[in-house]
Amino acid sequence: MAVMEYIDAIRLAMKEEMEKDESVFVLGEDVGVKGGVFTTTKGLMEQFGEERVLDTPLAESAIAGVAIGAAMVGMKPIAEMQYSDFMLPATNQIISEAAKIRYRSNNDWSCPIVVRAPIGGGIFGGLYHSQCPESIFFGTPGLKIVAPFTAYDAKGLLKAAIQDPDPVLFFENKKCYKMIKGDVPLEDYTVPIGKANLLREGADITVIGYSMPLHFCMQAAEELEKEEGITAHILDLRTLQPLDRDSIIEAVRKTGKVLIVHEDNKTGGVGAEVAAIISEECLFDLDAPIMRCCSPDVPAMPISPPMEKFFMLSKDKVKEAMRQLAVY
Amino acid sequence: MSEQGTVGTGHEHEQLGLSNGQVIDMYRYMLLARKFDERNLLLQRAGKINFHVSGIGQETTQVAAAFALDRERDYFLPYYRDYGFVMAVGMTARELMLSSFAKAGDPNSGGRQMPGHFGSKRLRIVTGSSPVTTQVPHAVGVALAAKMRKQDIVSYVTFGEGSSNQGDFHEGLNFAGVHKLPVIILCENNQYAISVPAHKQIGGKVSDRALGYGFPGFRVDGNDALAVYKAVKEARERAIRGEGPTLIEAMMYRLSPHSTSDNDLAYRTKEEVEENWKKDGIARFKAYLIGCGIWDESKDADLQEQVALEIKDATEFADNAPYPKPEETLLHVYADDREEGEKAWQ
Repeated sequence: MAVMEYIDAIRLAMKEEMEKDESVFVLGEDVGVKGGVFTTTKGLMEQFGEERVLDTPLAESAIAGVAIGAAMVGMKPIAEMQYSDFMLPATNQIISEAAKIRYRSNNDWSCPIVVRAPIGGGIFGGLYHSQCPESIFFGTPGLKIVAPFTAYDAKGLLKAAIQDPDPVLFFENKKCYKMIKGDVPLEDYTVPIGKANLLREGADITVIGYSMPLHFCMQAAEELEKEEGITAHILDLRTLQPLDRDSIIEAVRKTGKVLIVHEDNKTGGVGAEVAAIISEECLFDLDAPIMRCCSPDVPAMPISPPMEKFFMLSKDKVKEAMRQLAVY
Repeated sequence: MSEQGTVGTGHEHEQLGLSNGQVIDMYRYMLLARKFDERNLLLQRAGKINFHVSGIGQETTQVAAAFALDRERDYFLPYYRDYGFVMAVGMTARELMLSSFAKAGDPNSGGRQMPGHFGSKRLRIVTGSSPVTTQVPHAVGVALAAKMRKQDIVSYVTFGEGSSNQGDFHEGLNFAGVHKLPVIILCENNQYAISVPAHKQIGGKVSDRALGYGFPGFRVDGNDALAVYKAVKEARERAIRGEGPTLIEAMMYRLSPHSTSDNDLAYRTKEEVEENWKKDGIARFKAYLIGCGIWDESKDADLQEQVALEIKDATEFADNAPYPKPEETLLHVYADDREEGEKAWQ
């Protein structure tokens, strides 16, 4: 066990899987010599050589498409999209191809790729270095989508994604890279895809979220308990597709009041589906309307500091939403 | 390829390393693909099947290219008109007809995809889709895997000239050029992307585009089986020697409408189509075989009869084969979903 940063946990997952399995390799822009623009792949080229840590041309559809081709003949590629904002040229390859290969071939072919892409803002990245594109891919059967919040989950979910026989989108939060630290076992383990994780037990309200905003939720929950005696039950979805319906329902039933939190904008986001599941499965367990605390429905966050701050979630914003729900 | 079939010493095909038996076999596949295609057009018109997308006029290139590859080991990423190609690498008329009828036994997709969307792991035909040109980066990925694993095989990918405008064409070729990958990229330039003629699709020549990606590009007469064979064979040899990709633009003409949903005379003349029928590569190859003295009209009549029987058998077989069970719609979304699919259905 060691305390490490979220970004180190991601790197360690790749390193361990590459040591174990020769068919695992990384490809993307700047992943080799530079070790990634965020240093996520730092040191991997030195250890595994430039063929297995492949600097590619700047062309996202090829990064995804070449990975898909290699995966279909038995390789286990990890395709890095430098920012999830730049992933859209690869969308056709991901949605029309990777997601449908097993289905369209009647289980003859499969496509075990991992696409890693940093999401999220708050880094003065402006419109095109800050987005959360989960909802573009969410609802595409054939894809699995994970979005870890803790360092432990970052390693365990990435290892599970690499080992998975189907395509997995791994949305890592760039704000978490250095901000989130935690205990990470140095030995081999995985975190199962499709299972949510209870971060905190409480009796007054349930908060359901994923990725970086959970950091604010956890801080807000501590303060609310200390200051006002409100206790929050917090569920980290970890996997967005397939959603862990049972854990969602169980967490909602615990308190009867639910707040859904994510940085992706509100309309058509993952939270809308979570709310629909709650409405279908446990509407009569609710003591208050379902609440959502998400980013505004504008195209993406501006770079100007006051505008970015306005767009982004914060401890104070989620704390206020949690308080409102508690007193409802 | 001259109709007399002799150039210097020995016939042209012999100089290329092809036996008499092999060229006759090539001709048989061309004919089988043509008759299969014609039957599917009829079946659609008769209401027996829903759709057919045709490759008539393109079989010569398709079959010749297949014979130039290692049909036991290479990987193939054909596009939706490549009936001749997939037949030449081992897919049977019965199997293809199961796809036409969307029956459970269809090895390409179990009746899920439109006909012409080929795929068979057994035959190393990589599953394809409808958004055009997505298969080009896949072929590059297959070649990358071969290079990483030090296998002496190639991947072979085809598409039409319309597709050569897609980003995936350019991204794929560039990637292959940078990493000198063993991939053969063959454009079946049939002059039309549905209704839009080649001169409205491409300002220059498809084959010239290879120059920008740092590897050779060749244009060949796609109605000349031996010219195509030679170009693909040499491309394969270069790839195996580690010299990287080759782009081949095979010139041909789509003799049939785009699909059974298309009226081609809305955008081209009957005279133009008829003029191109005179250049049909299958008739030309037959004349070549006769010129070599290894084929004659009597043998041809026998072969036509054999092929007709094979198509008839395939049609009856597929017509009588069972459909997939409706609830199988839920299966194979993920590797582990058989149980869940069944649960959802119940």
